[in-house]
Amino acid sequence: MRVVILGCGRVGAQLAQLMLRAGHQVTVVDKDSASFGRLGAGFTGEVVLGTGIDEDVLLRAGIDEADAVVAVTSGDNTNVMAAQVAKEIFGVPRVICRINDPLREEIYRSLGLETICGTIWQANHIRESLEGPNSGGELCM
Amino acid sequence: MYVMVVGGGKVGYYLAKSLLEEGQEVLIVERDARRCVALSDDLGVNVMQGDGCEASTMEEAGMARADVVVAVTGDDEDNLVVCQVAKQKFNVARTVARLNNPKNEKIFRRLGIDVTVSSTELILSQIERVIPAKPLIHLLSLRNVGVSFVELEIPPGSPAVGRPLRELGIPDDCVFPLVIRGGDQGIIPYGDTQLQVGDHVVAVTSEASADAIRLILRG
Repeated sequence: MRVVILGCGRVGAQLAQLMLRAGHQVTVVDKDSASFGRLGAGFTGEVVLGTGIDEDVLLRAGIDEADAVVAVTSGDNTNVMAAQVAKEIFGVPRVICRINDPLREEIYRSLGLETICGTIWQANHIRESLEGPNSGGELCM
Repeated sequence: MYVMVVGGGKVGYYLAKSLLEEGQEVLIVERDARRCVALSDDLGVNVMQGDGCEASTMEEAGMARADVVVAVTGDDEDNLVVCQVAKQKFNVARTVARLNNPKNEKIFRRLGIDVTVSSTELILSQIERVIPAKPLIHLLSLRNVGVSFVELEIPPGSPAVGRPLRELGIPDDCVFPLVIRGGDQGIIPYGDTQLQVGDHVVAVTSEASADAIRLILRG
């Protein structure tokens, strides 16, 4: 599949490498060119410099032909806007949006966005690790 | 009327001040604590420190009883989320967003924001008015109905000069309500009116016919 990843932070870069290794076509967008360094020297996907809420940047990243868009920049609102543009304007079939603020995540999930809340997800995993059968052992995240 | 202004920069400050002078109830929500102190020293108690995108802050600020929510921060994505939270979570009747990138206007409209204001676009249209090199000046676009008000100057050698308007083959979805001659004479034209070099023609046209108008009047 053709996937466009918005945000080349730790999550975005990691996801880009995983998807590429699995044989998918990957384009990564970030407003800071230095962040592409996280992709490593062997990265063969495409990179586009710019902000994920700019239609022109999204078109350069091939959003009109993308099967999936993942919005994982450091800004919740940037992710929200980029995801809605991908879904509503460009009709991308699968759009996943990270929102770290749990309240905002709830609002946009109820509006029909496919959201992931890093905060709740991590808290739940840590709690499960603490209370689970391996409690006392190392935390597995 | 209770107006909630999110973003306490220069736009938010002067907007709030003007609304207060009109006797409206105004609350500014601003993220930066120091800016809040400066604002409340000047405007009184009508400033609240907080993130206008956060639903809990907005509940405390009484967003649910706001008649209008205006988002005027310097970031379009923040202004979008403020307005969407206001509409979806608090059922605010009217939301107004400031646009920094004028290209976002279409996107905001599609995503349910009632009114958008772009200072970039306002300045652009002013520049277009004073730069004569641009043959077709956009005066006003009526959103949603696909109609524009444009202004054209008739250049020397125009195929439209010296012929009655009715013979020019003007498309049906276009009318010329006004011709300005010599800079100070307003003419309401009709079918027999003949254009002269230097006339400024104001046209109301569908967006589809704008190019045809330019060809007819300027060649």
